[in-house]
Amino acid sequence: MRLWTLPALAIAALTLAPLGVVAASFLTPSGEWGHLSRYVLPEVTANTVWLVVVVGLATLVLGAVAGWLTSVCEFPGRRFFSWALLLPLAMPGYVIAFALSGFFAYGAPLPSALRDIGLALPDPSAGVAAACCLSLTLYPYVYLLARQAFGTQGIASLEVAQSLGMSRARGFRRVALPLARPWLAAGVALVCMDTMADFGTVKVFNFDTYTTAIYGAWFELFSLSAALQMSVLLLLLVVVALSLERWARGSARYATSGRTQGSKRIALNGGRGLAATAFCGALFTFAFALPAGQLVVWGVASLDGEFGARYFEYFRASLVLASFAAGMVTVLGLLLGYSERRAPGRLTAASARVATLGYALPGTVLAVAFFVVVAGLGHALTGVARWFTPGVTITLTGTLAVMLFAYAARFMAVAYGPLGSAFERITPRIDDAARGLGATGVRLLTRVHIPILRGGIATAALLVFVDVMKELPITLITRPFNWDTLAVRVFNMTVEGEWERAAIPAIAIVCAGLVPVLWLHRRTDGAGGN
Amino acid sequence: MLNVNIVRVLALAAVLGVAGCGGGSEDAPAATDGATEAAPESPEAVVVYSSRAEQLIAPIFAAFTEATGVPVEYITDDPQPLIARLQAEGENTPASVLLTVDAGNLWFAAEQGVLQTTDSGALNATIPDYLRDPEGRWFGLSLRARTIVYDARELSADDLVGYEDLADPKWKGRLCLRTSKKVYNQSLVALMIARHGEERTEEIVRGWVDNLAIDPTSNDTRLIEAIADGRCDVGVVNTYYLGRLQRDNAELPVGLFFPGADVGGVHVNVSGAGIVANAANAEGAVQLLEWLAGAQGQALFASRNLEFPVLEGTEDDPVVAAWGDYTPSDQPLVDAGRLQADAVRLMDRAGYR
Repeated sequence: MRLWTLPALAIAALTLAPLGVVAASFLTPSGEWGHLSRYVLPEVTANTVWLVVVVGLATLVLGAVAGWLTSVCEFPGRRFFSWALLLPLAMPGYVIAFALSGFFAYGAPLPSALRDIGLALPDPSAGVAAACCLSLTLYPYVYLLARQAFGTQGIASLEVAQSLGMSRARGFRRVALPLARPWLAAGVALVCMDTMADFGTVKVFNFDTYTTAIYGAWFELFSLSAALQMSVLLLLLVVVALSLERWARGSARYATSGRTQGSKRIALNGGRGLAATAFCGALFTFAFALPAGQLVVWGVASLDGEFGARYFEYFRASLVLASFAAGMVTVLGLLLGYSERRAPGRLTAASARVATLGYALPGTVLAVAFFVVVAGLGHALTGVARWFTPGVTITLTGTLAVMLFAYAARFMAVAYGPLGSAFERITPRIDDAARGLGATGVRLLTRVHIPILRGGIATAALLVFVDVMKELPITLITRPFNWDTLAVRVFNMTVEGEWERAAIPAIAIVCAGLVPVLWLHRRTDGAGGN
Repeated sequence: MLNVNIVRVLALAAVLGVAGCGGGSEDAPAATDGATEAAPESPEAVVVYSSRAEQLIAPIFAAFTEATGVPVEYITDDPQPLIARLQAEGENTPASVLLTVDAGNLWFAAEQGVLQTTDSGALNATIPDYLRDPEGRWFGLSLRARTIVYDARELSADDLVGYEDLADPKWKGRLCLRTSKKVYNQSLVALMIARHGEERTEEIVRGWVDNLAIDPTSNDTRLIEAIADGRCDVGVVNTYYLGRLQRDNAELPVGLFFPGADVGGVHVNVSGAGIVANAANAEGAVQLLEWLAGAQGQALFASRNLEFPVLEGTEDDPVVAAWGDYTPSDQPLVDAGRLQADAVRLMDRAGYR
């Protein structure tokens, strides 16, 4: 075993330990399977498959088209949209869902006004509404990665295709799109995992999925073992799906051909420019402007009783947790990527696969399983310590270090997605050339690898940052006393159905998320254009 | 080099972790730096794990601390993670009190062994038998009545009888229900099973499903709004959701109906608490529970969420007082927990989503 296998194994252990707790549920047989398989599973399985396919396709189309338009083309409003379309990332999905469902509710001003002039909005089914909301909140994952792919090679690949006599549309379909595949696949994989594990959004629409069935078995039938067993099946499904994608990609490698600066953006004139503006405008309106507007309306109404000095504490807690987690998870993701390069083989590949599974588990299941591991570790250490000092108790729970490790177990996929795609760009030939020129060790890292990986690193850190800002189950169970985040404030408001009062902490989350979104945009928009 | 970065991040995180534990918050003015660090002469803090929302408990804990000098620390989370957490922590738990909503959750916590028996004369005297665990492991502290609301433009109280009557075909296309995923409906059906048996209850629930005007709503507020919008005529909700909407809009055309004693009375559930099995501060925990069930605590505890107090003679919030008196169903709430899983399976079978 090579030295570089160790970091991969250690990182995988972070996820493997809670997964072990989940898998141990098979030691306790559950009597609920008869009922579940007859009355619950057939419907929720069909619902989940439908939802994942629809949301996966919708985010692929929305994210890829918006990514292509803003990183390769030029049209009115492009500069604005290129960062504004990232904003929904900063919004908790269940908040968008509630705000949109409030906006389009039967008695809300717009539908009522439309009915008055004889235009009844169709009442969407729960599934359609949930799919729309999830697509609108999750497309930025694909968009962000698509921009990375197109921004670094889009125009150049298209120019090559056109020089070989292809039309522009054909060049996009046959060359640019397939070349972006690792990025698009990584984005859609994140979206699908998120959709499968989603509970907040589907709950707003009362749409039953496999995850709601898991929580149902636990919270309602009081059968934790049935819930955990169902979680294991969910994970197996994810593993199969991810393996299929890898297998379908085969042994293709994706290297960058060289620098793309100097290429000009494709100018979309007249009607085509307007169409591009309209597409991005509509996406921005439904994914951000409408829900944000609804939040502001609610926020103004509850400003007096809700906003106060304690928001400083929430802000501080959120920012500290999100930035430390972003740094730590990104570094761990880099280590994981390096292990795969330096010690390629089944063991590191399997480690990377395991390390990224935490994202596909329903959040509360992972949070509780992680807590069980940490509490068990505390008990064991206490046992050892008491040989030396009787009466001493070692508690690991309730420390920020444990919180950060738990976030790492949950969000490794989010960091590894963009990093893994970026690593594909560092070909062995680049390493050979660099070594030939005398760049080895740290110099190779800082002068050659980091510059190539920069976009991936920034994307990974941003995604982890905004995800931790929004995260609930892990924060709730691992946080120290008096260490409430903005998301915890949202939780405290919504737990008794006071959604309107949750608007202010939700707006604060969006504002805090704006900072890294704008920063990332400045860092990455330079590539691929003027 | 990367390894060094991780060490630095972790070291910083550990430092911040210590700092974080020491930070105070506006909502918990009474919180101290932790039970173990308190000065010997000041009373030990009571640590509460709560699934009742922070804004409903923080002011009440502050009043308790002011009255007794005993500080309170708390963590909020969903009920099931809190119960799993207590199990995982075992004898190392810092918690002394589990405060949660719904008899089902309290019953389950007791079943899992995370609550201990408390024999308090004051609690037993104040809280009626049917609102607490027969073995003294949990106690209801406020009543949440789940009753019938109707479109006041179309109907009057004379048109309504009770929950069972809503299965009658005369309500076809006129009934709104909230999702069966909500524990409130599970408790309602569980207690119907206790009274009518499974077979009759399943008939009633199937009747409800046949009468639905629209798909079950995701929450009670949406249900009341659907009635106000004229999409259905009757529905079943917890009263405080109506109270909140009435507080904002006195003209809301939605009436409240309490089923009478002749049909079994109004279905009630509780928010309540129990003392943790390995409580670090059992004495302080009993003191807190007794204070919450006493006159001072009751005056604050229920009214903040427009719920009903468990202590007779406590003054109601004006919105609540305007609804008038009602007869609660005195079925033991422990049955709501015991039969909850049966109720869920029954609703699954009946196609109530």
